[in-house]
Amino acid sequence: MEICQKARKPGVTGQGTVLKERGEDNLEVLQLFVSGLANGCVYGLIALGFVLIYKATEAVNFAQGDFMMVGAFVSLGLTNAGYMDLPFWIAAPLTITIMAVFGYLIDLFVLRHLFGQSQTAVVILTIAMGFVLRFVAGLIWGHEPQTLESPLALGDLHIGGVVLGMADVAIIVVTFLMTWFLYQFFQRTKLGLAMQAASQNQMAAYFMGIPVKRVQGLIWGLSGATAAVAGILFASKGAIDPNAGLLGIKAFAAAVIGGFGSLPGALAGGLIVGVIEPFAARYLAAGYSQIAPYALLLAVLVFRPHGLFSQVRVKKV
Amino acid sequence: MRIHFKTTYNDDIRLFPDRWTFMVYAALLVLAFALPYLIGEFYLGEVTNVLIWAIAGLGLMLLTGQTGQASLGHAAFLAIGCYANTILIEQGVPFIVAFPLAGIITGLVGVLIAIPVLRLHGIYLAIATIALSVLADDIIVLTEPWSGGVSGKFPEMITIFGLEIERWSMPSRFYYLVLVVTIICTLFYRNLLRSPLGRAFAAVRDSEVSATAMGVHIARTKGKAFGLSCMITGWAGALMGYYAGTFNNETFSLVISITLLMMIVIGGLGTIHGAFFGAVVVAFLPQGLSILKDGVFGSGVAIPGLETGVFGVILILFILFEPMGIYGRWLKIRIWFELFPFARKDMFRRQKSYLKTERLR
Amino acid sequence: MSLLEINNATLKFGGVVAVNDLSFSVEEGEVYAIVGPNGAGKSTAFNLISRFYEPFAGTFRFDGNNLLDLDADQVADLGIARTFQNIELFDHATVLQNLLVGRHRHRKTTLLEEMFFMPRVRREEERHRAAVEEVIDFLDLQPYRNKMIAGLPYGVRKVVELGRALASEPRLLLLDEPASGLSVEETQDMRWWIDDIRKQMGITVLMVEHDMGLVSGVSDRVLALADGAKLAEGTPAEVQADPAVIEAYLGAGAA
Ligand SMILES: Nc1ncnc2c1ncn2[C@@H]1O[C@H](COP(=O)(O)OP(=O)(O)OP(=O)(O)O)[C@@H](O)[C@H]1O
Ligand SMILES: [Mg+2]
Repeated sequence: MEICQKARKPGVTGQGTVLKERGEDNLEVLQLFVSGLANGCVYGLIALGFVLIYKATEAVNFAQGDFMMVGAFVSLGLTNAGYMDLPFWIAAPLTITIMAVFGYLIDLFVLRHLFGQSQTAVVILTIAMGFVLRFVAGLIWGHEPQTLESPLALGDLHIGGVVLGMADVAIIVVTFLMTWFLYQFFQRTKLGLAMQAASQNQMAAYFMGIPVKRVQGLIWGLSGATAAVAGILFASKGAIDPNAGLLGIKAFAAAVIGGFGSLPGALAGGLIVGVIEPFAARYLAAGYSQIAPYALLLAVLVFRPHGLFSQVRVKKV
Repeated sequence: MRIHFKTTYNDDIRLFPDRWTFMVYAALLVLAFALPYLIGEFYLGEVTNVLIWAIAGLGLMLLTGQTGQASLGHAAFLAIGCYANTILIEQGVPFIVAFPLAGIITGLVGVLIAIPVLRLHGIYLAIATIALSVLADDIIVLTEPWSGGVSGKFPEMITIFGLEIERWSMPSRFYYLVLVVTIICTLFYRNLLRSPLGRAFAAVRDSEVSATAMGVHIARTKGKAFGLSCMITGWAGALMGYYAGTFNNETFSLVISITLLMMIVIGGLGTIHGAFFGAVVVAFLPQGLSILKDGVFGSGVAIPGLETGVFGVILILFILFEPMGIYGRWLKIRIWFELFPFARKDMFRRQKSYLKTERLR
Repeated sequence: MSLLEINNATLKFGGVVAVNDLSFSVEEGEVYAIVGPNGAGKSTAFNLISRFYEPFAGTFRFDGNNLLDLDADQVADLGIARTFQNIELFDHATVLQNLLVGRHRHRKTTLLEEMFFMPRVRREEERHRAAVEEVIDFLDLQPYRNKMIAGLPYGVRKVVELGRALASEPRLLLLDEPASGLSVEETQDMRWWIDDIRKQMGITVLMVEHDMGLVSGVSDRVLALADGAKLAEGTPAEVQADPAVIEAYLGAGAA
């Protein structure tokens, strides 16, 4: 069967944070921890996208990683000298807007027609969407890894013996802000509450006068915007290519570990996966280190099937 | 007084609902057995490939189409079947024992994995199985002494009571072997559909609460579905190993898992026909595309991701416009001709439906 | 001894006390109705009997068996079948297949026999078909036998759900609002069926229903619930005349 190209294993992403060998053990641990934190934030941001859509529509967007990849390429296409050469601070908001619209349109033209079909259909559809996005991105931007010419990528921050890439700091700060913002949005605003209601019982929400379909569109827009932020940050940190979205698999692990319905859980899950990776790579034998995040995922599914941070109740009949 | 009904029940319970259907499938079977005399070796190889994919498709269909559990990790079970078969034969077990055993081992491993995993609903299961598929690769590398790791393995020539079968040098023998396995798997599938277990599968798929209320044990039923599904998939995996001639940790990748799932969706979820239709698409799409590409751009131009991209587009179109897959479309065309000229346009309109949730709130 | 005996059942959802120290018992061969305003805990009581929910307190006995010793899927084996308020059918299967699932508790064949479709499987299938065919006759479902549920009108689905419960040949039938959403004629049919189920088949019926006409028409005894607790119990006329019941309904209507 020739249809399959080999799935590229998404490795530990970016090397913004430089490891110094001469440091003492403590420092090294700290360094590993911080670099893991930054990677974890990227997973967390993608996971946020999953959770957003899951919370509001009970669908899972398996193409969220590819959304991030597209966001990264859009920002790169707007910013880099070889392409449109816009100033970064104009390009970034523009990217977020474009991706929000993109998310909305995907819902409008594709997902809305699936309204009421099974979860499996949505799962498969979004996987297919990922294939298509990867293909199209390859056609437009090519398959060579490229880096975003981002002001975030410049310079390191020295705190004690620990060297932090500016990009890492930016990622960590922005991710926490995003999570806080989205959390507030769902807990406090009328729209946010309506979105939750829409997922829990579509028919009831519909009769209660919540415009279920429009709400669903807005959510997809929001998750597109989240993907754009993730993409910009990711591309500031390291090179991207059309397969960068496969990183989404780890973000899944993150979302599941956090409990699929919880935004702070998604972030926490992302951080856990992100931090485990560099430590596993450092302290475990070669073959075992890649396994660590997935083994953790399976362990969580076996022992806490609904994630570490969510409580379970029974379906009402 | 019920005597009069009795023949009617038998009509439903029989393998084929009526004489006409029986004739059609009998003709198909004759054609299948005559095929090596009708077409060249290259095409026979392609048909063999289709059948192997169809077996794998039947395996996944039982789980996803029949029981409603999406697995994105079935390549891992292809791998288990393939390695189990090869290793058993290397240990001196004859093919005629090793091959069935390979499927059974795969099924048992499937059940073992299913016990914790099947408590999960919908997407959690999908994600757990993704993890499984990713892990399979690493585990094959780690178990190098048995699995051959990165350098892989070459399955030995098959001998059944002295009869030698090899894919390249005697393609028609290999074809017959695959055909027989296909028929057996299809029969198993069909038998399950017309007995209590098959109905329990559908019950679990459509409503877990009312299945439970009718006395169906959800976890046990899903476990059986998983085990049977993995068994059939394991056989497909063993045959794939022979078909490819060599395999290693990268042969049964996540992409294969996903392809398999997409295949049954394109073919038509929940139907035996769907597995076969889907297999035809998956097996011939790459050739079709490369011919098309050579025609448009001239040969030698490489477009990375073209196949998966086009596959993705086809799939999206199917899910949007023909969720019942090729088989659904085929049924509609047939009904249209049967009713001609009385078919109405809105006859096939889909029911408006709302999200039915099994989610725990 | 009563067929079904529930004593001091209590269940809370978070702060909501859905069922509050509820006791009642259903005698063999009677039709027992539960009435009450929305949210009174009627369906929850059913779900407790079905073992979907774990009670905080209380005893549940059916024909000498302790229901709390069983899992939800084992309840059917005792001969308790039920329908659901919001119709839970197997949408992508035919009416016939739905009813045959009702026979699940009577299956005798093993996985291996079924894979090879041994003669015994065929014999069993014929037996199940005969039983199901009787239910189809009884409920006039012949025109729909081979139709998918997904395409059927609401009223027919309600009947199919009843049929699926009957196909299991239960001793106790739990009906959650069998007439809700039905037309006047359909409700009338439902009334005849419930009568026949009790009289001809000898099945005990426990039902939740809002339609007081139906309730007083078919039931021997009625239990009125409000906020999860018993308000009144007695013949339909007694319960309808009970001041507490009138008060609860008026209160619910005014709120
Ligand atoms: N799974 C659940 N989770 C949380 N609360 C629940 C659940 N099931 C029922 N409740 C609550 O328990 C109370 C009783 O609900 P129940 O469904 O039993 O009412 P009912 O009497 O059947 O009402 P109706 O006539 O509307 O069907 C309600 O307040 C309801 O919101
Ligand atoms: Mg109710």
